[in-house]
Amino acid sequence: MSIAMPAVDISRAITRISHEILERNGGSDSITLLGIPTRGAHLAKRIASQIAQIEGREVPVGTLDITLHRDDLRMRPPRGLAPTLIPTQGIEGRDVILIDDVFYSGRTIRAALDALGEIGRPRTVQLAVLVDRGHRELPIRADFVGKNLPTSRLQSVKVHLSELDGIDEVLLEEEAVISQ
Amino acid sequence: MKHLLSIEDLSYEEALSILDTAHEMARVSDGPVKKLPTLRGRTIVNLFLEDSTRTRISFEAAAKRLSADVINFAAKGSSVSKGESLKDTAQTLQAMGTDAVIIRHSASGSAHWLAHSPWMNGSVINAGDGTHEHPTQALLDAFTIRKHLCGGAGDLGGMNVGIVGDVLHSRVARSNVLLLSKLGANVVLIAPPTLLPVGVESWPATVSYDFNREIPKLDALMMLRVQQERMNDYFFPTSREYAQYFGLNRDRLTLLKQNSIIMHPGPMNRGLEITAECADSARSVIVEQVKNGVSVRMAVLYLLLAGSSEIASAVNAEVNA
Repeated sequence: MSIAMPAVDISRAITRISHEILERNGGSDSITLLGIPTRGAHLAKRIASQIAQIEGREVPVGTLDITLHRDDLRMRPPRGLAPTLIPTQGIEGRDVILIDDVFYSGRTIRAALDALGEIGRPRTVQLAVLVDRGHRELPIRADFVGKNLPTSRLQSVKVHLSELDGIDEVLLEEEAVISQ
Repeated sequence: MKHLLSIEDLSYEEALSILDTAHEMARVSDGPVKKLPTLRGRTIVNLFLEDSTRTRISFEAAAKRLSADVINFAAKGSSVSKGESLKDTAQTLQAMGTDAVIIRHSASGSAHWLAHSPWMNGSVINAGDGTHEHPTQALLDAFTIRKHLCGGAGDLGGMNVGIVGDVLHSRVARSNVLLLSKLGANVVLIAPPTLLPVGVESWPATVSYDFNREIPKLDALMMLRVQQERMNDYFFPTSREYAQYFGLNRDRLTLLKQNSIIMHPGPMNRGLEITAECADSARSVIVEQVKNGVSVRMAVLYLLLAGSSEIASAVNAEVNA
C-alpha cells in the first residue's frame, strides 16, 4: 500500500480544479456543482467553498445519487440510496459540473448522465474528478482531473477525506479486488 | 431480504432502511419524469384474489415507475373462478417467468405458503392475507407519521398512536401494532371488547374502551374500517351506537391535540367510523397516505428485486473464505 496523494496534494488539486472550472466557464454565473455521493459530495462542497473564496459569492451546490441508474444492480446485493439534493434554481440551462472521487470504468458517470436527464436539460455537463485511474469501459472523459494515476486492474484506489475518514489521502492498494 | 411476508419477520434496521429508501423514492414521484430504469426487464404479477382498488393500483404504479412489467391477475374473470387451485395458478405464473408475485388472498398465511412452496422461485410480497398481516400498509402508515411528526428521519420514538375500531378483522391493525411498536411508538387499541381478537393482551399495545379519554394523548389517530363483509355475527347493536362510541366526529376532533394527524387505510365508511367532516378536515392525511403508499412500495420492490441475492451470498461466501 502506498500513498498516491497526501493531504497537501489533494488541497492543491482542489484549488487548481476550482480555478480551471472558473476559467473554462468564464466565471461562476452559470455553474452548478453536483457531487456524486458519498465522497464526490464532499469534494463538491470543498470546490464550492474554494470558488466562493475566489469569486466572493456562493455557487449552487448539490448532490446527485445515481444508484437507481446503475447498470450493475443485478450483479450486487441491493444497496441503500443516498440523498439527491438539487439546488433550488434547478439545472435547466446551467453548466453542470459533476464531481466524483475516482474515475475508473466511466459507468458511474454514464448513470449520472441518465439521472441528470430526468431532472432537466443542462446547457453543458462537465466532469471533475480527484483521481483518474484509467481503464475506461465507455467513451467518457474528464474535463478536470486532480491527478492521473496509472494503475493495474488488480490494484484498488481508496480516497479518504477528513469529513468521513478523519484524514485526507489517496491510497493505492495492491490487493486483488473481487472480480466484477 | 427475498420476500416481504409480514412485519413480524422484519428487523428494526430493515424497516428503517425501507422508510429511508421510500424517502428518496418520493423525490422521483415529485419530479418531472416519474420513471426510473431500475427494474427494466423484470416481470411482476399482481395476484389479487380478493377485491382491492388502492393496494393493487398502488403496487402497479410503483412497479411501473421503476420500469418493471406488470401483469394484473384478478380472481373474477380468471381460471380461479373456474375452480383452479392456488398451486396451479402459482405454477402457471412460474412457468411464465415472473420475478415477483404480489399476493392478496382471503386466507391468512397464503403469502407465506406461496413463498415457501417448491414451485415458486421469485420474490413474494404480501398485500394482505386474510386477517393476518398487510405489511406495506403498515410501512406507509409509519412513513406518513414519520414525515409529519418526526421530521422525516429516524424512528418513531415516543409517538402515541391510537388505532380505533374493528381490530378483530383488521390485518392493517395487526401489522401496524407490530411495526409502530418496533419503531418505538406507544400504541393504544381503542375498540369495543367484541371487536378485539383473542390474545390481544400479548400484543405490544395497550387496550382501552374509552375513546374520549384517549384522544387528547394521541399524536396520530388511525381509524379502521368496520369490515362488514367479514362480519358473520353481531358485534355491535346498531351502526348508530357504534358511530356514537367509536366513530370520529366533530366533537371528538376538538379533543385532539393541535398537531395530531388523522389517518385511515381506506376505503372509508363515511358516517360510520368517521364523519365526512373529519375525513376532509385539514388534520386528515388520508389522501397523502395513498401517495406515500406508492413511494413505500417502490422502496420495497427496489430492495427485493434490484439486487441479486444469489450473487450477494456468493460474494459473501468469497469474502468469508
